Amino acid sequence: MTLLATESLTKTYGGRVTALTDLTVSVEPGIIGLVGANGAGKSTLIKILLGLLPPTSGRVQVLGLDPTTDPAAVRARVGYMPEHDALPPDLSAAELVTHLGRISGLPRTVARERASEALRHVGLHEERHRAVGGYSTGMKQRVKLAQALVHDPDLLLLDEPTNGLDPAGRDAMLALIHRIGTEFGISVVVCSHLLGEVERICDTLVAIDGGRLLRADRVSAMTTATDVLAVEVSEGTDELAARLAALDLPVTRDGRLLLLQLADDATYDQILGAVAELDLPLHRLDQRRHRVAELFAAREPSHV
Amino acid sequence: MSDATGVIHDIGYQRYTGPRLGRRQVFGALYLHGVRTVFGLGRSAKAKIFPWLVVSVVTVVAAGVTAVRSQIGEVVMTYAQFADAMSWLVIFFAAVAAPELVSRDLRSGVLPLYFSRPLPRGDYALSKLLALVTALWLLLGGPQLVMFLGAAFTTNRGVRGVWDELLDLLPGLLYAGLWAVVFASIALLVASLTGKRAFAAGGIVAVFLMTTPVVGVLSILPSRTINELAFVASPPTLVGGVGNWALGDRLTQGRGGMPIGDFGPVYAAVAVLLVAACVSLLLLRYRKVAAR
Repeated sequence: MTLLATESLTKTYGGRVTALTDLTVSVEPGIIGLVGANGAGKSTLIKILLGLLPPTSGRVQVLGLDPTTDPAAVRARVGYMPEHDALPPDLSAAELVTHLGRISGLPRTVARERASEALRHVGLHEERHRAVGGYSTGMKQRVKLAQALVHDPDLLLLDEPTNGLDPAGRDAMLALIHRIGTEFGISVVVCSHLLGEVERICDTLVAIDGGRLLRADRVSAMTTATDVLAVEVSEGTDELAARLAALDLPVTRDGRLLLLQLADDATYDQILGAVAELDLPLHRLDQRRHRVAELFAAREPSHV
Repeated sequence: MSDATGVIHDIGYQRYTGPRLGRRQVFGALYLHGVRTVFGLGRSAKAKIFPWLVVSVVTVVAAGVTAVRSQIGEVVMTYAQFADAMSWLVIFFAAVAAPELVSRDLRSGVLPLYFSRPLPRGDYALSKLLALVTALWLLLGGPQLVMFLGAAFTTNRGVRGVWDELLDLLPGLLYAGLWAVVFASIALLVASLTGKRAFAAGGIVAVFLMTTPVVGVLSILPSRTINELAFVASPPTLVGGVGNWALGDRLTQGRGGMPIGDFGPVYAAVAVLLVAACVSLLLLRYRKVAAR
């Protein structure tokens, strides 16, 4: 089954500002990272997927439904977490999520049950009965996620879910999204301008820039292992480089890392031997993977 | 998970396969939520102060009128006149309630959470409008019911007296409904334009305040037609004009009333057009808000 599909999707505002240009992409269920700089067209795409904006031209399908002709059916099966502040400060999280659950069509008692379940899943327990106005940014983001989950959607659209969070909060939010995508059986589209963040949890990446598709592929296809070994020692990097060069291993420096071509398993032994002889504290020795960022960078058109 | 080891498992996430309600029930839920919001139910104690103060004032007035009538046997105020007399309280009530209903949502940015749900965007605006209409109507109709009960229990003409009283009450309730519809549609339209509650409240009162002098100027111009049509210029006098025409003696008690000549139907038509225009603009407004 195809989760999302667009065909030559184009959106211009007032005939002048172009937000999306000829976007054709199709993704399978899973956790999808939608990556692009601010203003790349991510939010416009999400609004079209929700049926809130009509596309100027082209076709779009969400869960096999067309949001331009049947927006209510699409929205009934989709949960949306907006980027900006969206919570009335004087309501408690439990009241707000219950209310929004009812707006999604849940019967009263079901809405209340599912609201506390959703809040529990995002990690809000007793504090859910306090007014949202007193919450930290991290807690507010969790409430926004809970309201997107309350009606048990088949697809979550998360717009910059880690916005404004500290590093620990980011990790927790990403772990939560990963859990939703893998354990809950709900597909997730995560919008972000930070590639490094989403590539950790996604199995598919869609990169857009200036309203155009840069690349869409499975992360596993983008990060296949390479024949490069990375070595890092806490001290004596120069000595090790010299020693390895003497062993006829061509070494390149990348910051604190030494990169070498991996010929066969013997290469590992040679490196370990060199480190041991010099008595250096070895920090890491691993086979390098392609970094997703490199792939995007290589394909990126030279634009200003 | 299915092994019977006697350990308590976290049952994890549960999918929902039960019924999902349709558009009507969702509209009803949002409407009821709106009515509760206006009266501060399910909200902080602070939010309850103003609405219930107004409710108690109108109730006390109604009780007083009823008491006087039962003592001296004279009708101080008819049901319809009661609505007229309370108009300024209704304006203030609407000026506080309408921003509570819509400006708060605009300010807190909660609207994307509504519009990303199956709810059609017009339903949001209409349910809020209906909630405000209901609240204003209850505000005027509730005390009228108090007056009716007082009169019905003190009547000395038996069932006949109760029946006559009921026939007086029903037009009064209809008239209260007219007040509620006109005031609610204007107030909600003004409030939907800004997220700042203080601005919205000021704007609503201003609409009613600023138009009153216009009526004054028009009614002293040297033209009888303009004088008789002057009262359409301000919402409260417009409603009064419609009442004058439709209810006649029930509103004026034979004491003259507003000099609207034969323009009664014009007043009614203007009132209908005004409400229609406000509702259309409100829907238009939310079409734009939802797409943002």
